[in-house]
Amino acid sequence: MKLKLGIWMLVMVNLLIWLGPFFTVLDPETIHWDHMAVKPDQTFWLGTDVMGRDLFIRTLLGGQVSILVGLVASMVSVFIGVLYGMLAGFVGGRTDAIMMRLVDVLYALPFLFLVILLLVFFGQQLWLLFVAIGCYLWLDMARIVRGQTMMLKQQAFVESAVALGQSQVVILRRHVLPNLMGVVLVYATLIIPQVIMIESFLSFLGLGVQEPMTSWGALVNEGAGNMELAPWALLFPALFLSFTLVGFNLLGDGLRDRWDPSCQKQ
Amino acid sequence: MISLVVRRLLWGIPVLWLILTLTFFLLRAAPGGPFDQERQLSPQVEQLINSKYRLDQPLSEQYLSYLSDLLQGDLGPSFQYADFTVNELISLGLPVSLELGFYALLLALLLGVGLGLVAAAQANRWPDLVAMLVAVIGISTPNFVIAPLLILGLSVHAGWLPVGGWGDGQWQHLILPVLTLSLPFIAAVARITRSAVLEVMSQPFIQTARAKGLSASHVLFKHGLRPAMLPVVSYLGPAAVGLMTGSVVIEQIFGLPGMGRYFVQGALNRDYTLVLGVVLVIGLMMLLFNLLVDLLYRLIDPRVASR
Amino acid sequence: MSHADNQALLNIKQLSVDFNTDEGRTQAVSDLDLVIQPGQTVGLVGESGSGKSVTALSILGLIKQPPGRITSGQIWFGGQDLLTLSEKQLRPIRGNDISMVFQEPMTSLNPVFRVGYQIAEVLRLHQKLSKKAAWQRTIELLDWVGIPEPHVRVRSYPHELSGGQKQRVMIAMAIACEPQLLICDEPTTALDVTIQQQVLNLLQDLQRQMGMSMLFITHDLGVIADLADEVVVMYRSQKVEQASTRSIFSGARHPYSKGLLACRPKLHDNPGRLLTVGDYMSADGRELEPSAEQLKPQQKIDKSGQPVLLDVRELATHFVQKSGWLQPKKPPIKAVDGVSFTVRKGETLGLVGESGCGKTTLGRTILRLQQATAGSVSFDGIEVFDQSPAQLRKLRSRMQIIFQDPYGSLNPRMPVGRAVMEPIQLHQSQLNRSRQDDQVCELFVQVGLNPDQRHRYPHEFSGGQRQRIAIARALAVDPEFIICDESVSALDVSVQAQVLNLLLDLQEQRGLTYIFISHDLSVVNFIADRVGVMNQGRLVELDTAENIYRNPQNPYTQQLLDAIPKGRPEWS
Repeated sequence: MKLKLGIWMLVMVNLLIWLGPFFTVLDPETIHWDHMAVKPDQTFWLGTDVMGRDLFIRTLLGGQVSILVGLVASMVSVFIGVLYGMLAGFVGGRTDAIMMRLVDVLYALPFLFLVILLLVFFGQQLWLLFVAIGCYLWLDMARIVRGQTMMLKQQAFVESAVALGQSQVVILRRHVLPNLMGVVLVYATLIIPQVIMIESFLSFLGLGVQEPMTSWGALVNEGAGNMELAPWALLFPALFLSFTLVGFNLLGDGLRDRWDPSCQKQ
Repeated sequence: MISLVVRRLLWGIPVLWLILTLTFFLLRAAPGGPFDQERQLSPQVEQLINSKYRLDQPLSEQYLSYLSDLLQGDLGPSFQYADFTVNELISLGLPVSLELGFYALLLALLLGVGLGLVAAAQANRWPDLVAMLVAVIGISTPNFVIAPLLILGLSVHAGWLPVGGWGDGQWQHLILPVLTLSLPFIAAVARITRSAVLEVMSQPFIQTARAKGLSASHVLFKHGLRPAMLPVVSYLGPAAVGLMTGSVVIEQIFGLPGMGRYFVQGALNRDYTLVLGVVLVIGLMMLLFNLLVDLLYRLIDPRVASR
Repeated sequence: MSHADNQALLNIKQLSVDFNTDEGRTQAVSDLDLVIQPGQTVGLVGESGSGKSVTALSILGLIKQPPGRITSGQIWFGGQDLLTLSEKQLRPIRGNDISMVFQEPMTSLNPVFRVGYQIAEVLRLHQKLSKKAAWQRTIELLDWVGIPEPHVRVRSYPHELSGGQKQRVMIAMAIACEPQLLICDEPTTALDVTIQQQVLNLLQDLQRQMGMSMLFITHDLGVIADLADEVVVMYRSQKVEQASTRSIFSGARHPYSKGLLACRPKLHDNPGRLLTVGDYMSADGRELEPSAEQLKPQQKIDKSGQPVLLDVRELATHFVQKSGWLQPKKPPIKAVDGVSFTVRKGETLGLVGESGCGKTTLGRTILRLQQATAGSVSFDGIEVFDQSPAQLRKLRSRMQIIFQDPYGSLNPRMPVGRAVMEPIQLHQSQLNRSRQDDQVCELFVQVGLNPDQRHRYPHEFSGGQRQRIAIARALAVDPEFIICDESVSALDVSVQAQVLNLLLDLQEQRGLTYIFISHDLSVVNFIADRVGVMNQGRLVELDTAENIYRNPQNPYTQQLLDAIPKGRPEWS
């Protein structure tokens, strides 16, 4: 049920975000001098912000950015995490000990604070945002994948493949990786909302995406600054953001309930 | 036990050193300096300031002298708040942040565990579904979204609570910040508690307890709850990190004079010593807190101690 | 209602229990009648999924509903129908009048409480003892069930006790309130043979001293031979036979009971191939009669004239124990500690021992799946430990291994046919794809599987079928030598017999050499020509199966043999 609800919510949000802009003639950057901070009406479906820009189109475009950042940065962290975790788990021994010690150290760092510093000092380029978030979130994935790999390595079918004289690379590719994919997929789905959350958090601090581009976090930031004048400018982006995150979280939860071997009974 | 504490504290030294070094050189590699925004200074004044803050020395020497000051417990003078040392600023900000974090964590544990238990006891019936839907919304709604909304409703329109500020730390000033800071963590703890309780309640030893003739509530609270608290306890570490990060935003929004605000202000103003000081204190607190969590874990689960 | 029924301690009438599963409703117990008289021990026997555990849980109202549902029946105990009682009314009965001992002592005790607390809890609940009195009584109980130093052990956590001790704690908890009925659900299955025997003796003693009734659930008829007055046999959710233990063992009437009795290897007079349930009962339930040919006694051929294939010399495998920083170094665990033996061509060498004796590590070390610490292994004159990785991979096609766990031994994401084809592609890459596929089909036929099923995934097969697939995969490289590591231990007895027969057939057809590792002495006795007994990493005795079982030299071997359930009552 969670799974279905999550999928439906995401389908709805994405349809709106990607197709919605075709239904409005308004432009995200045009400033309507005579329509500053107006309530939602027939022209401005979600109202305008204090600068007189249409909120509907801005919210949709901001959503495109938020979701794209979420997907790309998740892929970065999944890629690093899977590779790192699989290597540590499969090689084992001292290599594993050193690799996981490094993860422990990174865990102990107040990472998000460093990310904030990084963004403050080196400007707010989008690629830096990806790298910063990706580098931050791969740790969990690495731990999960390592645990799974070690578990798989002890499975009799992997031992059998060794006993049959199969090479390590083929074993890793044919017997380990396919059995990891389920878990990876599940946790990747749960990373996406985290990324979107962090991106919006950084945007809220003014460190995320920059004008003229916008994202839900940036819109919430603007809205919160003028919430007494135009509360809808805070409310609508916030609603969209929460709705999407709920969708992703439901999807991830649902997938985990169904697929994660550690949550299943034999 | 003692050997664990000693080992963890010793292990903390290189971690703190790494944090410190990383931040130090990151700060210095960044373009811009602490006094760029000031009005044009005369060369003499600039030289005076530079020598006061040792900016005229080579970087390596600055690093070493910072380290040696640090070993004596001196975090140096603040670049921005000219009359204050970083030690003074932190001793002003830390109590505020600690109070905020402590109450938020307490609230998250009490409400989260309670909600999780109710949900588990009513698993797959409507109270569970409602609680879990609320929890998903809770973890999906950033607190920088909730905070302005609550301010708008409860402070601006209703006028029940102060809009922001610390006052003298009266409870009215604490309610909104604590509540907004803890909301996502209440939700997370509730979810973890629920699934842990359900997992534990399906274990064979619960069947044993039922076969003894114990009442359902005794089975749940005595035999089920304690093992189910293990995942919650291990979540406390990440939760503390999350609370610290969250407090950056909360202190911003509510205008509280805590560590998080110093951090953001310091970063924006290139206040090298202040940022370093804050990062160090946060790193230290996280180390101590994680140690505390580990000790707690051992207290609950006798199997860990013997491993 | 007859007079006997009125006297009965427990009277189950027409009990039916359903379970909701993914494939719809399945009947776990149907129309079961079962009577237990005061002081009587009833054995409930059946294979996994036959409904015996569900029956036991129904008595105490411990069936989870849903997915379970009791659709009909009555369970009379002490003048009331337990099925009509509320949870609250049942509580004073649970642990007090009727108590239970479960199969898994490892997971049946709460890991975060002291064992003393867990026992005292029952006493305080039902006998309203004070905290202090309950603690005192707990120590007495621990002493009674044979736990050494009870006043110390009472303060232990479960993980600090051995498996056998944990089960004793469970028993102490169950008898704390001197129940009228003790239900034991496979209480010894997870334990080693010697421990199993001790626990069985303990239960028997307790029952005599306290005069309680016992419902003893097991898959192994041998276990209850000495214990039960009456035996109930369950098959596919139904009771197929109920009789006194004496008459079951001297002449079971139902074909399934006959098969169950016959398929378990005995210490003497086994037929050449074990009889299985299928030899007594056709798939549609008709009764069959095994032929004289099938009943012909086993004749082991002397293979001492054959050339030596495998020569293991002074083999040792030690595991370094991780010790933390600032902690004293721990000594290494000597899993295998200087073992030497030879195996001749075409021979089967059995290795027996209890869990942790090093038999599995020995097998893995011989195949170099585990690094040896010292010693050497030569296979057909080739030094296994001296081979380069490339040479080793080539050598692996001549020596194979079949593991215990039929669930873990196949890649869940690979069709079983491809799993069998993988080794063929590896070692016979010159063949084209369709020739390779033909070989897979041939192998499927050889191990008794339908080749049309080769495109299916492992989860679609039963445990026995999976083990056959694992055998087919091992055979695919056409090996001369196979190590069977507990290969039949996880299977139900009737399936176990089929797989043992298959292994014997294959040995005959292909001239295979086996090392057969098992904890089960009767299985090893049946299949092996010579038997090695392992204890604490050492080979304590090695001789022909006949000599080992008739005339053991080593005291440990003696102890192991004494612990085997006789498989038939003492007086028969």
